[in-house]
Amino acid sequence: MNNIYWDSFKTFFKIGMFTLGGGYAMIPLIEEEVVNRHKWINKEELLDLIAIAQSCPGVFAINTAIFIGYKLRKTPGAIATAFGTALPSFLIILAIAIFFHQFEDNKVIAAMFKGIRPAVVALIAVPTFRLAQRAQLNWFTIWIPIVSALLIWLLGVSPIWIIIAAGVGGYAYGKLKVES
Amino acid sequence: MIFLWLFITFFEIGLFGFGGGYGMLSLIQNETVEHWHWMTASEFTDIVAISQMTPGPIGINSATYCGYTAIINAGYSTPLAILGSATATFALILPSLILMILISKMFMKYMNTPSVQSVFMGLRPVVVGLLAAATLLLCTRDNFSTPSENPWQFYISIALFLATAFGTGYLKINPIRMICYCAIAGLLLFY
Repeated sequence: MNNIYWDSFKTFFKIGMFTLGGGYAMIPLIEEEVVNRHKWINKEELLDLIAIAQSCPGVFAINTAIFIGYKLRKTPGAIATAFGTALPSFLIILAIAIFFHQFEDNKVIAAMFKGIRPAVVALIAVPTFRLAQRAQLNWFTIWIPIVSALLIWLLGVSPIWIIIAAGVGGYAYGKLKVES
Repeated sequence: MIFLWLFITFFEIGLFGFGGGYGMLSLIQNETVEHWHWMTASEFTDIVAISQMTPGPIGINSATYCGYTAIINAGYSTPLAILGSATATFALILPSLILMILISKMFMKYMNTPSVQSVFMGLRPVVVGLLAAATLLLCTRDNFSTPSENPWQFYISIALFLATAFGTGYLKINPIRMICYCAIAGLLLFY
């Protein structure tokens, strides 16, 4: 088989399989495979693409794959690249899930996971501060993350409502600023 | 019925999951643990650990795993659990597929307009809050134990938490390596 669907599926399967540690890790891989090797998009397009894939909801890697797939062969192309990216994850996790379920109660595994759990909570805590720096919070905006965290944590408000409110709020603030 | 809710829930997560893998984790945690009680906080924490250590985007990894666990916990068999993980993964991707195609097709020129930019400006500080909430919600008895229940496990858990925060935050140790160190520590100290 030597057509563009199969080629792009294969390429994104590879990218999905070798991305360790989340979305940003795949940027150099995409650059190598998609820009340098297959020349499906050029460097400037890649930069635009990263900006758009980051601003949109959803998994960064999948968004990127869909964008490139669509550019190559419209919707069928997008489907090929999206499934190519997701498939390695799906298969690997499924194998582990089936396997792990039988070993969960094993004492060695249980002890290891007792050590891992606090580490994972810390792994989620660290990007909180990194994102806070990147969001360039100041005295005027610092209350926003604090109030949203407290609403979710203490009052059980769904994060989805917080996201909607933030989008609407940002839009309204932008409009007010232009008018004044 | 659980399959339908799994689909709707992960479709929502895909639609509102801003801010990268960890931002999405806070949504998954809220829906699957707090809202639906499909799994416990420690089961979710294990899923995050495994999703972090295995290749592939963390959002896809955890959706696949959560779909599987939710169905198993509901008392169904393994083949149905596989169907559950396929449902969750597909539902997570679907909004991206629709949105990204729409954007490629017609909204490309709107992406840089002031209105769209101000929506993103509003979202940025909130994603920080989402992550903070996910951290707080995972600081549970299941994950850390308590000083009265098991002081040994509690203080070691706190130490591992601080070591990981310092190690990955300041010393830039690779998170996967850090998880492995903590697994060894757990094996030595809790076995």
